[in-house]
Amino acid sequence: MNSNYETHEHDVLIIGAGGAGLRAAIEALAQGVSVGVVCKSLLGKAHTVMAEGGIAAAMANVDEADDWRTHFRDTLRGGKFLNNWRMAQLHATEAPERVRELEQWGALFDRTENGEILQRAFGGHTFKRLCHVGDRTGLEMIRTLQDRGVHLGIDVYMECTITRLLKDGDRIAGAFGYWREQGRFVIFKAKSVVICTGGIGKAWKITSNSWEYTGDGMALAYDAGAELMDMEFVQFHPTGMVWPPGVQGILVTEAVRGEGGILRNKDGERFMERYDPKKLELSTRDVVARSIYTEVREGRGTEHGGAFLDISHKPADYVKRKLPSMYHQFLELADVDITKGPMEVGPTCHYMMGGIRVDAETAQASIPGLFAAGEAAVGLHGANRLGGNSLSDLLVFGRRAGLAAAEQARRCAAPTIDSSQIQEAERSMLTPFERPDGDSPYAIHEDLQGAMQSLVGIFRNEEDLRQALSQLEKLSERAARVRVEGSRLFNPGWHLAWDLHSMLTVAEAVTRSALARRESRGAHSRIDYPALDDAWGKKHNVVVKKAGTMTLVESPVLEMPDDLKQLFAEESAPK
Amino acid sequence: MAQGSFAEATLRVFRGDSKGGAPADYRVPLVPGMVVLDALHSVQSHQAPDLAVRWNCKAGKCGSCSAEVNGRPRLTCKTRMDSLPLDQPITIFPMKAFPVIKDLVTDVSWNFTVNKKIPPFSPRPGVAWKMYQRDVDRVQEFRKCIECFLCQNVCHVLREHGKQEQFGGPRFFVRTASLEMHPLDGVSRTRVLKENLGIGLCNITKCCTEVCPEDIHITDNAIIPLKERVVDEFYDPLLMLVRKIRGAKKV
Repeated sequence: MNSNYETHEHDVLIIGAGGAGLRAAIEALAQGVSVGVVCKSLLGKAHTVMAEGGIAAAMANVDEADDWRTHFRDTLRGGKFLNNWRMAQLHATEAPERVRELEQWGALFDRTENGEILQRAFGGHTFKRLCHVGDRTGLEMIRTLQDRGVHLGIDVYMECTITRLLKDGDRIAGAFGYWREQGRFVIFKAKSVVICTGGIGKAWKITSNSWEYTGDGMALAYDAGAELMDMEFVQFHPTGMVWPPGVQGILVTEAVRGEGGILRNKDGERFMERYDPKKLELSTRDVVARSIYTEVREGRGTEHGGAFLDISHKPADYVKRKLPSMYHQFLELADVDITKGPMEVGPTCHYMMGGIRVDAETAQASIPGLFAAGEAAVGLHGANRLGGNSLSDLLVFGRRAGLAAAEQARRCAAPTIDSSQIQEAERSMLTPFERPDGDSPYAIHEDLQGAMQSLVGIFRNEEDLRQALSQLEKLSERAARVRVEGSRLFNPGWHLAWDLHSMLTVAEAVTRSALARRESRGAHSRIDYPALDDAWGKKHNVVVKKAGTMTLVESPVLEMPDDLKQLFAEESAPK
Repeated sequence: MAQGSFAEATLRVFRGDSKGGAPADYRVPLVPGMVVLDALHSVQSHQAPDLAVRWNCKAGKCGSCSAEVNGRPRLTCKTRMDSLPLDQPITIFPMKAFPVIKDLVTDVSWNFTVNKKIPPFSPRPGVAWKMYQRDVDRVQEFRKCIECFLCQNVCHVLREHGKQEQFGGPRFFVRTASLEMHPLDGVSRTRVLKENLGIGLCNITKCCTEVCPEDIHITDNAIIPLKERVVDEFYDPLLMLVRKIRGAKKV
């Protein structure tokens, strides 16, 4: 390996320092191996800080009848049975222990009267199941994990972007990246790599996601030969801010509905009575998002193209106590006092159900030594994620990924990295500086967001998706000629130029998968195929790179064992 | 599109790096509800693609986009353009108490070093995991901190006197308070406060409290009670005697 490059060596390298990455790091450290964590931002700023509503775990502190079986059933029903049943089972059974563990590391949740962790209602969950801290649960979680990890001795490489996974033959050997601050390149040599990089929301215009959500991990894994699965399932959260335009897309937590918020159209109708009369506002996210969108499309939306969400019938001090950030967010950014009047809300791109295909027990991807957890991985959520299941996902599968990555590292010898991979990675990063002309990365990004927003949104059809593919092809050609101005010193234009590669790769995978799936299921709605199709309910869409081309293959949904099937038969009677 | 002068603003943004720099002016079209961070993004997209600015959530929850707007330390994502006088340039400078890396991005790594000095949460042995809301409420205030480091930036002990070596700063007093006042924590951090974090250097000017975007009562609820603990433990002869006799460690 070339000694010209700054090199760090670890047994386990974790890419991403959100909930999944930090939980993986803590677990790997506990196994006694050396762990490095690389993150694009400063430590503690990952998207997990923005998770508001809570963490789903069947602890039965509020509703005594809750248990893992109900959580398992809710998760599969929400995901329209496209979930990996084993992941859903592990998740439902292990989540309570992961929450208790978090508390034992210093997290402070809201309490019940008898001193237990308080739980609140959320869409798609049969019982009050979300452990929470007002509406800042994610912050509490990431701070607890961050401090635990730091004190245990993880090495954190902040503001560092990975642009390529390095391989030794078939197996993972490490990663290549650059320091955002100085623009210098850096190599991480590792026996196993865990990808915990989150989703792809920044490919859409109206999104709740931060700049980091550019699909890095999915693109890195795909480029290295791993499989991506069910990429068509992109969750649009029903409630983002819609007005003023400067705040469009910012999340309005589902906890507003969990605490009793009511949705109305411009005529004052509680329109969820038409779409899901039983669960109303606490229906699943796909249903609520489509309902709001349909109201707007049919002319019953608010002035700015959304719906009204009202919690002002609750006492003002209750609202301020249970939803403090929402209260301040609307007061400061939209001049709306939510204790006195309704919020204007509309769907916003929020979460990626699809991702890197992994083994349920170990979180290992199809490449030896490569693991993935959290939003970057696929399986737990099926066609639609229930609110609150992401934070528990991070802990359950972050831990499993860290454990398996450490075991893998202990089993194998140090890999070798040949320098040709590194030179190629370096060259692809530097060429944008050398072009005398070419598009600005910001202009390409804006056009990508426009295309995905209008053509690959909540409702899809064949014509739009085909048009999206042809636009993505043109955008990729423009991105290949992108020009970067300035130096390598903390240069956001340069950073975005690289992010475009990831976003375009993942956007193509989403669009191709959406085009192939001729049915409507969960978060994927085809106007031209509005019904659920039993045949499509039995297969996944898998995307893999073959001879440099994105190839789609179908893969059967894993058959659920009889004892789990029995759980659905037992529970046909509603409570 | 025709734009009146009212529909534009001038941003006067610091451009430079550790070697020095100067402000540069950019005209930006205004959009309803626009915040300063939006205006900076507009400059990035259309005029200065290499303008360095940190941000993540754009919703006041991550604390990444701290800067000094018209001389006042704030989160740029929560500073509405229409709250500022738009007939004159809006100045946007990096946080002064930290070394500039480039433009509005500063080197805040020192904060992460300080954090390591604080002994972590350590539950009392054999504790039953029950807590009551009234006990939790007191601590949750401190845990609202989003680590924007604005309090560190305005603290004169750091900003004017550069006592980074001896002093932890308001953020880490808040952090220590969140551990010390945790209902189930079992270790004392008063010695660390006195000797490693230099809490004695704080003379309660409340600058930190004033800039906190999370409205944490840093001075009244965190620093003063912690100072009292230090005084009780190290400077109160009567209590010291009592403690010696009883062997008690934690108040």
